[in-house]
Amino acid sequence: MEDELILDSAISQSGKKEKPFVQIRGLTKKFGAITAVDNINLDISQGELFCLLGGSGCGKSTLLRMLAGFEFPEAGTISIDGIDMSQVPAYERPTNMMFQSYALFPHMNVGENIAFGLQQDKIPKAEITDRVNDILKLVELEGYIKRRPQQLSGGQRQRVALARALVKKPKLLLLDEPLAALDKKLRKQTQFELANIQEQVGVTFIVVTHDQEEAMTLSSRMAVMDMGKFKQIGTPTEIYEFPESRFVADFIGSANIFEGKVISSKGGKLTVSTDVGEVFASNGRSITEGEKIWLGLRPEKIYLSKAKPKNIGPNQIKGIVEEIGYLGETSIYKIRLKNGQIIDVSAPNQSRPMSRVREITWEDMVYLNWEPESVMLLTS
Amino acid sequence: MNIGMKNDISMKVKNQNSIVDRFLRRLQENWRSIVIIIPFVWLLMFFLFPFFIVAKISLAEIKIASPPFTSMVEWADGGIMTIRIVFDNFLYIINDSLYINTYLNSVKIASTATVISLLLGYPIAYGIVRSGPIAKPILLFMVILPFWTSFLLRVYAWMGLLADQGTINSLLIALGFINEPIQMLYSEFAVYIGIVYTYLPFMILPLYANMEKLDSSLNEAAADLGSKPTNTFFKVTLPLTMPGVIAGSLLVFIPASGEYVIPDLLGGGNVQMIGRVLFNEFSRNTDWPVASAVAIAMLFLLVFPIIIFQHYQGKAAEGN
Repeated sequence: MEDELILDSAISQSGKKEKPFVQIRGLTKKFGAITAVDNINLDISQGELFCLLGGSGCGKSTLLRMLAGFEFPEAGTISIDGIDMSQVPAYERPTNMMFQSYALFPHMNVGENIAFGLQQDKIPKAEITDRVNDILKLVELEGYIKRRPQQLSGGQRQRVALARALVKKPKLLLLDEPLAALDKKLRKQTQFELANIQEQVGVTFIVVTHDQEEAMTLSSRMAVMDMGKFKQIGTPTEIYEFPESRFVADFIGSANIFEGKVISSKGGKLTVSTDVGEVFASNGRSITEGEKIWLGLRPEKIYLSKAKPKNIGPNQIKGIVEEIGYLGETSIYKIRLKNGQIIDVSAPNQSRPMSRVREITWEDMVYLNWEPESVMLLTS
Repeated sequence: MNIGMKNDISMKVKNQNSIVDRFLRRLQENWRSIVIIIPFVWLLMFFLFPFFIVAKISLAEIKIASPPFTSMVEWADGGIMTIRIVFDNFLYIINDSLYINTYLNSVKIASTATVISLLLGYPIAYGIVRSGPIAKPILLFMVILPFWTSFLLRVYAWMGLLADQGTINSLLIALGFINEPIQMLYSEFAVYIGIVYTYLPFMILPLYANMEKLDSSLNEAAADLGSKPTNTFFKVTLPLTMPGVIAGSLLVFIPASGEYVIPDLLGGGNVQMIGRVLFNEFSRNTDWPVASAVAIAMLFLLVFPIIIFQHYQGKAAEGN
């Protein structure tokens, strides 16, 4: 199944099939009895910003460290730009890494930190100076060249780390939780900066993160990882709108999940019988009749109304408002259905209530309806 | 009038209370200074004060009496005070090549032993830092373990090992490597063995403490940027462990340069070190003023340069 996916995306990315820029095949890494990375296949094209998303201990950092050459796999191969990396030590790989802790050398100033990598390549002094100045301009840290890392703020250190990794013009830039150490506001701002810089330099980025929002904003493609395996690979839209499993549906955003059985399946239109009645789904995928399936429904895809809606769609349900979470821009409603299941509905607060009292309030009877196209089919 | 007295008493009680209160508040505010005062008083009493006594003796003359030196302040008839300060002792040790040569020899032996300890101690400390969670405390314990036996006993043990009829020579002869015993005891070689053996833990422990704090991702970052392991060691690890290197080296060099027992027992008469000269002047010649002058001169020659060095080192570290 994974192989199929990879081929699909490789074709869609480049139009024709060619050897991918980064090719990972059957990669496995064990630490004692724990399999950190379990038989992984992955293709990444040149210029992509690829995110590895997963919870702690899912193996995403180990995968990144194997790409950098800090860990060596038990089985499988990594090739970068067509060259096998199995026997290449970290200091000879065409990759550079931005560490989560930034790992800036405390005994060197900003300029020396950035120049360190270039000095290893025996590049002439004048060129080093030029390249250091250029990269400092790119990360907007001109004038900080003589500062020590300890004299910089967290955001400035993050940019020095990025500059130090980028200045060698690596074929592949590896970023380990690049924004995790920043506070929330700075993180949001830096997300876009990072994506912009990637676009400017055109280097292939692989970013490890546990923050789904970060992965969604940054990446051109992403992989959701769990227990050393990829759960799904795709664009942020594919991952969010077309998750294939309950794990992915629940890990990215939130989802209401109903268990059911396929009653009929015709031309991509399904009828599924669930605890809450028959649900119609139109997803373009056909599934064998009689098969067990899970349906996922995003809270924001459900329409909520107090009055019975005039245009009754195929999917409609009644429920009672159990709780309301008022977040300002949106409200989260917890609706108790007839069978006792509680589902989340989020609705934007588009108009200001005239009388400071919300239209929908606790214990109200409400109608929920949603499009058949919004229903996500989860096969595992 | 009665009422007035009553008021007076209650006023007093109030005042006393406020004094106690004020004292406690002061104590709370100044507890930091109070805590710092304890080591200061200690150093004052057991270092600075004895130091001045030694300094005073070094400016006196030898005299067959008890104590065996002239006093600095004398009261002549009529209450005239005379202060006698004699620099002869210092002139004497500067002019006699024995003292200068011994100083130089002490510095040479101590610094060579420091370098050997560093070369041995650095990889040991590095190995301990890199060892697993089970091995680490065991290895650290083994570093400290020799301290559980008397220092003197351990030096005697080395005499037994190094002697002509000692363990090492007997073993080598029995194995047929040599016919005649090699002279090891009563040589500079034996002194080096003694000093390095004794002071190695003082090198390892500060190095270990320093390396333990080192972020291992710095090594990875250097490798990632294209630096080979040896280059990473000289460009990243060594500069960052320099405080540990300096601390360990001082902890070995300072006591080693004034060492008495090791050169006396393992070096015999063949190895002249300042500690031995000092002891001889003090107890055999009973020349306390010269012995004191030797001690004071050593302090100035060894300790002050180190203090100045550390001062600038500290300033450089602040600059970082």
